[in-house]
Amino acid sequence: MIPITPMHEFSLCEGIIETIATQTRQQGFNRVRRVWLEIGALANVELDALRFAFEVVRQDTVAATAELDIITLPGRAQCLDCAQAVEVTQLFDPCPLCGGYQWRLTGGNEMRIKEMEVE
Amino acid sequence: MCVTCGCGEGELAIHSHDHPHDHPHEHGHGHGHDHGHEHAAETRRVRLEQDILAKNAEFAAGNRRLFAARGVFVLNLVSSPGSGKTALLARTVQVLREEFPVAVIGGDQQTANDAERIIAAGAPAVQINTGKGCHLDAHGVGHALERLPLPEGGVLFIENVGNLVCPADFDLGEAHKVVILSVTEGEDKPLKYPNMFAASGLMLLNKTDLLPHVDFDVTRCLEYARRVNSDLQILQLSARTGDGMAAWLDWVRRGQRIALTQQVSRLEADLVAARARLARGGG
Repeated sequence: MIPITPMHEFSLCEGIIETIATQTRQQGFNRVRRVWLEIGALANVELDALRFAFEVVRQDTVAATAELDIITLPGRAQCLDCAQAVEVTQLFDPCPLCGGYQWRLTGGNEMRIKEMEVE
Repeated sequence: MCVTCGCGEGELAIHSHDHPHDHPHEHGHGHGHDHGHEHAAETRRVRLEQDILAKNAEFAAGNRRLFAARGVFVLNLVSSPGSGKTALLARTVQVLREEFPVAVIGGDQQTANDAERIIAAGAPAVQINTGKGCHLDAHGVGHALERLPLPEGGVLFIENVGNLVCPADFDLGEAHKVVILSVTEGEDKPLKYPNMFAASGLMLLNKTDLLPHVDFDVTRCLEYARRVNSDLQILQLSARTGDGMAAWLDWVRRGQRIALTQQVSRLEADLVAARARLARGGG
């Protein structure tokens, strides 16, 4: 689903393209073939919107034909009530073990450019 | 062996210099996995492991250093359009400008109306027109600071673009995000926009004077907000009637005192270090 909210995914893609274009140029390569992102399941990103924005922003850059691979990282939390490491899928999930909401996210908020394939 | 950097796995480390010649060197990290790609195709895998928002984070860190050095308490105000943010801010600066320096940076897609309302309330303000942009970023705030007297020892309010999605991701160098929700909105907004409520340190529930006229379950709303962020502080107020404003103003004053105290500690440490250098130098 493409959200009807304003798309900061465009800003994110501009950052991605800028980073990979700089690295590609600095290391003497010509073209980006593929980019791997790691996006946490609870990150503030709509993946479809991100893919759409990437296709728009990559135009006329070294990544003009680059494929985008998105690796989703699971939401992980440390529950303060039951002191267990648990998996969460939403920021408002209760702890799956004790039902409490006093937990700290330990993973699942990532927005990283992991790797790229260049030639 | 990979001819590009000699690392043996066909992976490149990111160098801080920009010449792609060959030279053997030590990597501080392992290359534990093999992507099995063809060197014959002259493609390379380049590990980046870089946060997408790294650049914004750098600018935000620069802003934060400046704010710390000058003892400025900075709040990033975020909300939906129509939450009463500008009215709240106008009323806030009207009071606080009598006590310490106050300034406002406002983000608006098109107009300068908000800045004009703040200036009318007696505080220096600049507007950043974001055009189609849906949020302020740290770089834009840095440039806005060139056009605004920095409220040393006081408070800088950054009024973000009315939007509960995008501004959640962009650190501007603030001490806290303050999310403003009004009772004319849905009480389930904390669940609909959880990232924003999770990123905020304080929530202001505004327009409480309208509660008799709307179907808004305050208890449920606050419960939703605390589900998303169990550390979230919450204050209820009406910027229109002034009800609840005192607690909010006190909250800002406390933050301003803390920022000033930290500035003093930093300056004292610098002074001790400078005196020690002077003593060592035989002065």
